[in-house]
Amino acid sequence: MPKAKVTFQDIGVSVTVPAGTRLIEVSEKVGAGITYGCREGECCTCLTKVISGGENLAAPSVLEDQVLKDNMAPRGHRLACQAQIIGGEIVVKPA
Amino acid sequence: MPAAGLTDSAVELAPGVHWVGALDPHLRSFDIILKTANGTSYNSYVVRGENGVAIIDTVKENFADDFFRRLESVARYDEITTIVLNHLEPDHSGALPELLKRAPQAKVYLSSRAQMMLKALLKPTGEKAPEYIPVTTDDEVDLGGRTLRFLHTPYLHWPDTQCTYLVEDGLLFTGDIFGCHFCDARLFNDTVGDFRFSFEYYYAHIMRPFREYVLDAIALIEPLAINLIAPAHGPILRHAPRDYVHRYRELATPRLFNEARSEKTLVVFYISAYGNTRRMAESLAAGAEAIGGVRISLYDLEGGESGIFTDLIEEADGLAFGSPTINADAVKPIWDVLSSLTTVNVKGKLGAAFGSYGWSGEAVRLIEDRLRGLKMRVPVDGLRIKLVPDVSELEECRNLGETLARHLTGRLEHREIDMASLA
Repeated sequence: MPKAKVTFQDIGVSVTVPAGTRLIEVSEKVGAGITYGCREGECCTCLTKVISGGENLAAPSVLEDQVLKDNMAPRGHRLACQAQIIGGEIVVKPA
Repeated sequence: MPAAGLTDSAVELAPGVHWVGALDPHLRSFDIILKTANGTSYNSYVVRGENGVAIIDTVKENFADDFFRRLESVARYDEITTIVLNHLEPDHSGALPELLKRAPQAKVYLSSRAQMMLKALLKPTGEKAPEYIPVTTDDEVDLGGRTLRFLHTPYLHWPDTQCTYLVEDGLLFTGDIFGCHFCDARLFNDTVGDFRFSFEYYYAHIMRPFREYVLDAIALIEPLAINLIAPAHGPILRHAPRDYVHRYRELATPRLFNEARSEKTLVVFYISAYGNTRRMAESLAAGAEAIGGVRISLYDLEGGESGIFTDLIEEADGLAFGSPTINADAVKPIWDVLSSLTTVNVKGKLGAAFGSYGWSGEAVRLIEDRLRGLKMRVPVDGLRIKLVPDVSELEECRNLGETLARHLTGRLEHREIDMASLA
């Protein structure tokens, strides 16, 4: 299975993960500072800044796009409960 | 039934500005979490300009008749050009669907975060959302000779909350900010009974978890010329309104000077039946202390009450909880503290758990789950030690303390791990 590497800058941890993993699945396990509310892409609690490698995340769904817009999320931010890792290297930190 | 001393008419705050709210004197419990000994009020306001009339917030649905009667005493529905929603919780938006039917031409002004809530609120009516305009700080609506200016004050106490300032008159409509559950038909702070307890009680239960946002809002409010503050609950503050702004700043600021303000802080709470979990706590604290840059506090939960510990928790950067396992659970004093934190913000704080056990040792994992549920981060696996910790096990406790201190001070070495190795 293709692998990817995601780095949580706030705790200095890089994790090798299978492609298809959502950020939430990894960040919770390593105790990164991203916090969660609804876990369904609605509340925007898990807003995450993508420092690099944004292209290695699957494009946001219509729902995620709308929630990011409604919450005035700056460019380069994603919802960790929605963002799916597709490969390569990604660096993130809590928004 | 209208409350004693109040007619069905609107009450004037200033020329062309009226209170059209409702009183609910028999309410004793609000949103489950708040008690009120004499009810509450749902304050709504009408502002008349040369070119139109604005309604600022409405009331709880079953008080809509009172609201509409008072509104009709000062304005016709076809005059309403503007509806401002400072906060969409149902006690302030309950009459909105009906108001929109009666004044369909009105434009709705709300914060950006309120848009989704408006749609959800109107869902049961089957009505299409009205024309609404998201606004933020310094956006204005001209009513003709009168200007409504908005202040973006989110999380006080919902993400959608905002304030509205009537520029020419110096009146500030604040939604739940500066409000309280206190019902008195005399309406104004210089004529009602003593509501000081209610004001502070309301702050402690509604605003305190968002105190950083309170300070942001106060920074926006303090420069304004304010003649009157019109909150959505409780007395209208026309006498010395700035005193209430000042009091909010005091309430949102730690009571005593924090000697450790330049350092990170770790508070270690423990409770121990035979001294084993206590020894673990002491070793953990010593390990964290050895790293430097972290101010450590060690507390035995048996020696205090959850209210006091809540204050400590609010101020701490990191928290470690130690509990033995008794009957497959952490002990009650731990749960008393961990179930008393809805009034403070613990999101993002560092958390950890540890404890000695005899048979199964469930307490540590249960505490960790609770910490995660409180939106704390738990990056280090907790430490479970069977019965009496020996020298090497106390060293593990010390290492846990060191690791927590490194997390708090950002002095962790970069780690590379494979997800497959994570439990």
